[in-house]
Amino acid sequence: MDVPRLPALSETIRNLYFHVCMWFCMMILFTVSVVYAVRYLRTNKLADDIYSRQYATVGIVFGVLGYATGAIWMSYTWADPNNSSFQSFNAVAREPKLIGAAIALLIYFAYMVLRDSISDMDKRARITAVYNIFAYALLFPTIWIIPRLLPSLHPGGENGNPALDTNDIDSRMRLVFYPAVIGWTLLGVWITTLKIRLNLIKEKTLLQ
Amino acid sequence: MRMIKTLSLFFTALFSTALLYAQDEEKVDMADTMRSNGRIYVVVAVVVVILIGLILYLVRLDRKISRMEREKESK
Repeated sequence: MDVPRLPALSETIRNLYFHVCMWFCMMILFTVSVVYAVRYLRTNKLADDIYSRQYATVGIVFGVLGYATGAIWMSYTWADPNNSSFQSFNAVAREPKLIGAAIALLIYFAYMVLRDSISDMDKRARITAVYNIFAYALLFPTIWIIPRLLPSLHPGGENGNPALDTNDIDSRMRLVFYPAVIGWTLLGVWITTLKIRLNLIKEKTLLQ
Repeated sequence: MRMIKTLSLFFTALFSTALLYAQDEEKVDMADTMRSNGRIYVVVAVVVVILIGLILYLVRLDRKISRMEREKESK
């Protein structure tokens, strides 16, 4: 596939199919997770709680992968080539996107910690479903609003969308990018369903 | 005579390669492999990280499932 030739990025623009898709997948999985959290609060079925938890877990995995791949991409595009990326860290670490994404992930880590700290099943399900809604609400300012208000090296600072902007992304890349988003998301959903099935069986053996 | 010719040729060849090496050293471009070929290896590194991450995660899941199977058999 041909890609646009950009000065600062050169071939690394192909990371769009991987790094950006990780974050898309994470957002979709977190959205599904909050939907199941709301469903649990309406129906009080423990299966919905398991769904909600597993979607959040796999969402975190994709978020961490997105962060790791972003760190690699960053050290060869933003960092000064004549210094080690460690020395450019001071400037790079001030990125509002990095801080926002880190806060969002930490909030979801706290969701997992909260889950494992409550031993009563129904109480845990109810409290964490409410916390899940709160965590999802915090995703909006931390990864969508604040990074867009502040200047940044990352694309999509101050003037709009990082990857969906029609002026920003080349149409040739969109041909690969959208199927890639769908593909990675389906992979995430598949892993999640495996985990859900495992936990539903575990639940059954516990209740017997 | 022939011996001298071959020897001189040999030495010129040797020194020309040495000169080439010296020229290479003058260029300052750090992290060479990662920055070669339009930094395509950055993309490779990213793909490898994702694959390793997902595979490790799936291996952990696999272990959990086999542990459950063993527990079920022992019951």
